[in-house]
Amino acid sequence: MKLLTLNFLTCARKTCKSTAAAFPLHPKEAELEQVEMELNPLFVKNMLPRLDWEAMKTLATELGLPNLPAETPVAEELANESGEPTQTLRDLHTLLMETAIASGKLVCGNCGHEYAVKEGIANFLLPSHMV
Amino acid sequence: MEYLIRFIQMHETFRQPEIDALADLAGIQMDWVFYSEDSPFAIIRFHDSAADEATARALIARSVLSDEIYELWGSGTDYNRLHADIRRRTQTLWPQHSTRSFRFKVDSYHGSRSLAEQRQLIETFDYMSFTGPIRMSKPDNHFTIFEHYDLDTPAPRALHFGRLIAQSGRKAINKYNLKKRTYIATTSMDAELSLVTANLAHAAPGTLTYDPFMGTGSFPLACAHFGSTVFGSDLDGRSIRGTAHRNVSKNFTQYATTPLYLGALIADLTHTPLRPSRLLNAIICDPPYGVREGLKVLGSTRPALQQIVHLADGTPAHLQPGYIPPKKAYSFTRMLDDILAFSADRLVDGGRLCMWMPVAGSGVPVGCEAAAAAAPPPPPSDAPETPDTHIDKVEAEAEAEVEAEAETEAEYPIPRHPALALISICQQDFNKWSRRLLTYRRLPDNQVDETAISAYTAQRLLAEETSQLSGSDGTGKFKADDLNDFRKRYFQGFRGEPGAGT
Ligand SMILES: [Zn+2]
Repeated sequence: MKLLTLNFLTCARKTCKSTAAAFPLHPKEAELEQVEMELNPLFVKNMLPRLDWEAMKTLATELGLPNLPAETPVAEELANESGEPTQTLRDLHTLLMETAIASGKLVCGNCGHEYAVKEGIANFLLPSHMV
Repeated sequence: MEYLIRFIQMHETFRQPEIDALADLAGIQMDWVFYSEDSPFAIIRFHDSAADEATARALIARSVLSDEIYELWGSGTDYNRLHADIRRRTQTLWPQHSTRSFRFKVDSYHGSRSLAEQRQLIETFDYMSFTGPIRMSKPDNHFTIFEHYDLDTPAPRALHFGRLIAQSGRKAINKYNLKKRTYIATTSMDAELSLVTANLAHAAPGTLTYDPFMGTGSFPLACAHFGSTVFGSDLDGRSIRGTAHRNVSKNFTQYATTPLYLGALIADLTHTPLRPSRLLNAIICDPPYGVREGLKVLGSTRPALQQIVHLADGTPAHLQPGYIPPKKAYSFTRMLDDILAFSADRLVDGGRLCMWMPVAGSGVPVGCEAAAAAAPPPPPSDAPETPDTHIDKVEAEAEAEVEAEAETEAEYPIPRHPALALISICQQDFNKWSRRLLTYRRLPDNQVDETAISAYTAQRLLAEETSQLSGSDGTGKFKADDLNDFRKRYFQGFRGEPGAGT
């Protein structure tokens, strides 16, 4: 699962939805993989305002990735004057689109439930007593 | 200048909504000068007087339900009138085309012309005095004479003449043909309607589209074809994972759109892990219904399963590897409401929801009524479910549920949400049932009626409580009728939404 997707996800339990602690989910025993992808500048630009940057920073720290800038990069930082992709754009692309959790667990900070990730696919199904 | 769209004569109710969606996406304003469901020929006019060939090209490039767009040179009810109209409209254009290579074609709808007749017909157009070479392959100008006959009549009732501007995007149907796809299932949406749905959803470069019932990924694949980044989820992890060589991911490999595929989640829409934020440009789905698929959600109606289930050795069952959570049948109409509420919370302003649904509760695929009638009652056992036994039970519950909805024989109401404007209703008729494709647009918050939103939210909470109450005594069934009443009540207070129509 790409780190971009992880930024969209919270605990699936109804009782956790409204709590701040349920987001972001915390990776545990995560095995990362890096898959090279074609750069999609327009998409990255469009996603910036939808990202929760605090959650992105937390995630980077928890995964031992290099520290992220304090603030969400803005669209103007993604291309130079001649329209070429900047290092900021390439870094964002690597982080959001090329870095993925291949396997491990995602833990809810509120209820402690662990969601398994296998072969890059996270399982958010809940047993009946958590529904 | 007016333009003629050469439609295919199929999926008629989808044709105008597709073109309207594409015009909207390309920022083109246009009027329908002539459109009839009985005709493959439609005439449009662009608002912008500077609109030209490029505008026509932009409009048609992605269209799946048309073949071509033409510059309209004339129309008439017989050949005298057609020729007069051509002179009136295009006489000034003839000199600029006079030396170009060209060809003529006759397109007779519901009629046919022998080659000799066609040649004779084409000769009646010689007053335009084109002197360029005739080329059958790649001519500069490709002119078509369109004839529309009523069935079994000797003379056409309508005639048009046009110069070809551009081909549509219809050839993508062949590329996405299910027969050539690596990974499909019996319920995979066909290529043509998947692509049409992607057009109605405004799938485009830079956008993010989500399918909460992705199955083998037909919709996400179609959206990626148009450049949208996509992801999806499904309650059934097996359908996503497939096998080592046949799975959703491999489908994206086949079409070389892997960079647009974010991946898939195993998840239930009624317990979604997607945070309620305006993340998505489009949501596109065909929620399961009928006995064949059976609509299920997480949970169980059995009291014993409302607590942690422990195995004989004392360990909790849900922490075992390979654990499969129980699922229960769920009302289809309630799911439709859930999808709309989910979409209203997560679509960006102007974002689109495209949702397929059967027209009527009895509209289940052939043979399902018989199957439902023959379904055994749910097993009475109170023993905790194990991963091995729960599947049969789920099937039985689902069948009983569908039977309850099928008994009503009633048309499903079109679901509504105060934050979603209904843009189009398209209908596909089969032999014994029909289904619809509904398209909604997320209104900006300042256009949403606050009173309607409060009333809607209150009713949703009430429905939730009612269902939990009925769930605690073990029945847990939400009958379609209950929801129909519920819907009637809360929409009586709603204002008519703009832009609704067929
Ligand atoms: Zn939780």
